[in-house]
Amino acid sequence: MADMTLESSRATGIPGPRSGAALPRRLPWQREQPLDPPEEYARLRAEEPVSRLAFPDGPVGWLVTRYEDVRALLADPRISSRNTLAVNPVRRMPPGAEALLAVEPGQFIRMDPPEHTGYRKLLTGQFTVRRMRALGPRIQQIVDERLEAMAAQGPPIDLVQEFALPVPSLVICELLGVPYADRALFQQRSRLLLSMDTDGPTLLRARDEMRAYMLELVRAKRADPTDDLLSGLAGKELTDLELVNIGNVLLVAGHETTANMLALGTLALLRHEDQLAALRADPSLVESAVEELLRFLTIVQTGVVRTALEDLEIGGQRIRAGELVVASLASANRDAEQFSEPDVLDLSREYAPHLAFGHGVHQCLGQQLARVEMQVGFTALLARFPSLRLAVPAEQVPMRDDNFILGLRELPVTW
Amino acid sequence: MRVVVDVGRCRGAGLCALTAPEVFDQTEDDGTVVVLDPAPPQELHVAVRRAAGLCPNAVISLEE
Repeated sequence: MADMTLESSRATGIPGPRSGAALPRRLPWQREQPLDPPEEYARLRAEEPVSRLAFPDGPVGWLVTRYEDVRALLADPRISSRNTLAVNPVRRMPPGAEALLAVEPGQFIRMDPPEHTGYRKLLTGQFTVRRMRALGPRIQQIVDERLEAMAAQGPPIDLVQEFALPVPSLVICELLGVPYADRALFQQRSRLLLSMDTDGPTLLRARDEMRAYMLELVRAKRADPTDDLLSGLAGKELTDLELVNIGNVLLVAGHETTANMLALGTLALLRHEDQLAALRADPSLVESAVEELLRFLTIVQTGVVRTALEDLEIGGQRIRAGELVVASLASANRDAEQFSEPDVLDLSREYAPHLAFGHGVHQCLGQQLARVEMQVGFTALLARFPSLRLAVPAEQVPMRDDNFILGLRELPVTW
Repeated sequence: MRVVVDVGRCRGAGLCALTAPEVFDQTEDDGTVVVLDPAPPQELHVAVRRAAGLCPNAVISLEE
């Protein structure tokens, strides 16, 4: 079977609730506190660590909330990623977007081994610890230029627009070989693709426009290779469609994740004055600070969707072949069985093996790039503006919580 | 301590090279693990155990 879409998984019959089992519930979604996952997760971890989950499109699956279980599930070779993105645990698939369900060549985040392995290995050499550290000085330059532009403009400013979004955008554009001048086009469309509010026709149009844009770029790289990742890939044996899909996965992922971590991370620091003071006093804390912010914020707030390929047992619960499972990264990263005082932001945690980048074969390809961007970004931001503070009351900072990736609509700051 | 890796399972996430850079590196080609020191000294054992525990694909095993 080429593609396991939502329709075909329905046809193969994802089972409904069993007699005697608790009624399936929706994914916890409403946050009581903007920087904390919904409180319902704490109850689930304690009382029903693997619970029945009702997907808005109809299927009933499972929600896994404990650290140990999430980690075990994501490392299990008996799960499939083919339904990732095709099944949404938060909202119904909007009518008109069905064309997005099929897994296409090059969309490696929605593939299983061995198909996934070939694509991943084409890319991993480009994102090694060594290569990403070598990019450090260039990232520093990009960060410093943005900070100077902010200083020239003067306070108050929106840190999302002036810093958090442009830094990773400039970095991924340079790495891939995408003209930054075209950013309005792909930033807006990647945002539409990740929003929960986008209707079907708009989703499809955003996808098609991203694709047309990337195809033009891929053809230009084939004709006239430059020193960048896309040109390097254009020299390999890949079809245009494969290249377009790989390019767009990297472009979208390179933007939306680090940008939101920079913005939310700054907000978290500004809201925890003791932690901010500790980091200012000892900038060598930045490496553990970045890991702690990743754990604490876990911006992939929906968790990740997998499908059991065989019957398996997670946390003492039997999951049957064909059933959907959501692994909640945000819940796992607040599990008191794994982290002491998990709801406390403590930048000095010496060792906190969080799951913010996932686990298993799909663990984030760009994680070492994200680490360097955040380490350089937070350090330089705090050094350049010693009196950085919010320009509005903390509760008025507008969250972007209607999205697969938690973020901020804007972050008004002054100094 | 002896460090043994199953390169076939490695997907190049790089957590080992990040956590214990004296002991682990990655290939330039596909980012898979390279063991620099298969019998690391005592002072690196904590870092090596963490690297093994962090690996998302359980590539690293330790004989102690």
